Amino acid sequence: MNALLALIKRDMRLAVRVGGGALMGAFFFLIVVVMVPFAVGPDLNLLARIGPAILWLGALLASLLALDRLFATDYEDGSLDLLMTGAMPLELAVAAKAIAHWLTTGLPLVIIAPLLGLMLNVELTATGPLMLTLLAGTPALTFIGLIGAALSVTLRRGGLLLAVLVLPLTIPVLIFGVAAANAAIVGPAPFGPPFTILCALSLASLVIGPVAAAAALRHGLE
Amino acid sequence: MAVIDLANPTRFLTLVNRVLPWLIAATVALFAVGLYHAMNAPDDYQQGATVKIMFLHVPGAWLGMMGWGLMSVAALGTLVWRHPLADVAGKAAAPIGAAFTFICLVTGSLWGRPTWGTYWVWDARLTSVLVLFLLYLGVLALYWTAEDPGRGSRAAAVLTLVGAVNLPIIKFSVDWWNTLHQPASILRMGGAAIDPSILWPLLIMAVAFTFLFFTLHLAAMRNEILRRRVRSMRLMQARELAEASA
Amino acid sequence: MRLSGENLACVRGGREVFTGLSFSLAGGEALLVTGRNGSGKSSLLRLMAGLVRLAEGKLTLDGGAAEASIAEQSHYLGHLDAQKPALTVVENLTFWADYLGGGDVAPALDAVDLAALADLPAAYLSAGQRRRLSIARLVAVNRPIWLLDEPTSALDAASQSRLAALMRAQLAGGGMIIAATHGPIGLEGARELQMGPA
Repeated sequence: MNALLALIKRDMRLAVRVGGGALMGAFFFLIVVVMVPFAVGPDLNLLARIGPAILWLGALLASLLALDRLFATDYEDGSLDLLMTGAMPLELAVAAKAIAHWLTTGLPLVIIAPLLGLMLNVELTATGPLMLTLLAGTPALTFIGLIGAALSVTLRRGGLLLAVLVLPLTIPVLIFGVAAANAAIVGPAPFGPPFTILCALSLASLVIGPVAAAAALRHGLE
Repeated sequence: MAVIDLANPTRFLTLVNRVLPWLIAATVALFAVGLYHAMNAPDDYQQGATVKIMFLHVPGAWLGMMGWGLMSVAALGTLVWRHPLADVAGKAAAPIGAAFTFICLVTGSLWGRPTWGTYWVWDARLTSVLVLFLLYLGVLALYWTAEDPGRGSRAAAVLTLVGAVNLPIIKFSVDWWNTLHQPASILRMGGAAIDPSILWPLLIMAVAFTFLFFTLHLAAMRNEILRRRVRSMRLMQARELAEASA
Repeated sequence: MRLSGENLACVRGGREVFTGLSFSLAGGEALLVTGRNGSGKSSLLRLMAGLVRLAEGKLTLDGGAAEASIAEQSHYLGHLDAQKPALTVVENLTFWADYLGGGDVAPALDAVDLAALADLPAAYLSAGQRRRLSIARLVAVNRPIWLLDEPTSALDAASQSRLAALMRAQLAGGGMIIAATHGPIGLEGARELQMGPA
């Protein structure tokens, strides 16, 4: 347990000290969301309708970008070798890194979402459910993304490959995340069913992600 | 003391230490006068007292833009004239300019709520300021992620100049984009013309904020110079210990 | 405790690095693995550390912890430092000590003479200092098997003799050392395993 906490703490410290930390993901989220009105026009009604979708796509892309370096830095300086020789199973080590990644990338997205919702003219009453869907869904994005990060760790230009591998796997999360958010805003469809499915997807990814990522690392690094 | 002496960090620090108290006093005095006039200025016939947000909003916009201008000059100093303190000036100005731009955005948003009924509209001016803010974030990100202050400053200088060239283009594009999607009603902030009774407080507040900018800027430059000294000393310490214990 | 390898073979990148390798090492003994570049010294160490799969043969450890793999009972000191430049010396070491099962950081830093630099970010260390920090990891956490890949590289004479003393202490405590090296590393009485074309 001590080892798990030590790894989470180290990764969070590194995220804060190197590369701008938690703020970089939030900046990217902000910029991506700002791009959309330039593309579709400033019609506030239209923006309000597609607001949740924009926020979810932004969160998806922002999560994805930070995943590129998740294993790459450890691989490059030899830390990954040693992480595999710990008393903790590699699956847990990988999960610890994912938890640290979510805390420093996913959680800031959830926190900044209300501000962005404001810019997209999302109703204030809908901001709460919107944040909730992001809170429930961003862990899934991180843990699924873990698999792509592990598969592309040995490649130098892994970023695009990572996106190609991971984005299709995140489609269910996107569908149910946006559906839940829209249900809260527009109604009449109830919020409950898509939200519970979203939570189920996240929980499943908490298991599948680390197991698949550990397997990918073991086989990829031989 | 010749201007060229300002190039020496130590002399610069001495100068700042002497000048800063006076700047602070001047800033406080200007704010006192400015706020007094602002409070006593008449209310707008249409918007009531909320129009006084202008006293924060407009200086914020001016100083956000001035900040980028200052950074551009500093960038030229770093890349072209190789002035030793140019990169320090640029790095110190970035957060301050970003903060003023942010103030402009937030006050604009709060002003918009009672005036337009919504916290944000994508009108040309607000959107242009938003893009300026995003550019600031980019420069700040470069400064924060650079491990070596020198390399980070040169990269940020390049980005600053690229941004300076791009800003008119962006402004033009955003204006064009806004006319393309003509909203139903066009509301302009501050009314048709600015009455002298509001103009004078506005100018005083603008000058006060400018003094604040430069006060903060000089203090920030001092901090940055000291920070770099600490870093050099740490490097020296590591090297000495390496030689001693080798 | 006895570590034995029977008929080990290793394949990397489609190339057969070595085959038919056998050795046996008891607690308190050291094995120097020598040979040309490319003869498979590093691969052998990585194989024992569990980082490379065994193509053929068997690797067994008698007398160690029953449920733990050989990798979990070894320290692997490779070419790379496994240190984060953004963390300080003591933060780097504390992390590995906590992660690898616990150990005392302060005595380990003293043993490699890095105590004075404890709060310095690792980015400011020289190559030799970074190597010493990696060695501190071996001192901080107690593991019976040391797998060292060219441990004396980047070390000056004083640091090399410090390392030799640490290695002797490890052997005296019943541990075993397998070191890949091009030249002598200060361990007298170590057996040699020559790798390369037969």
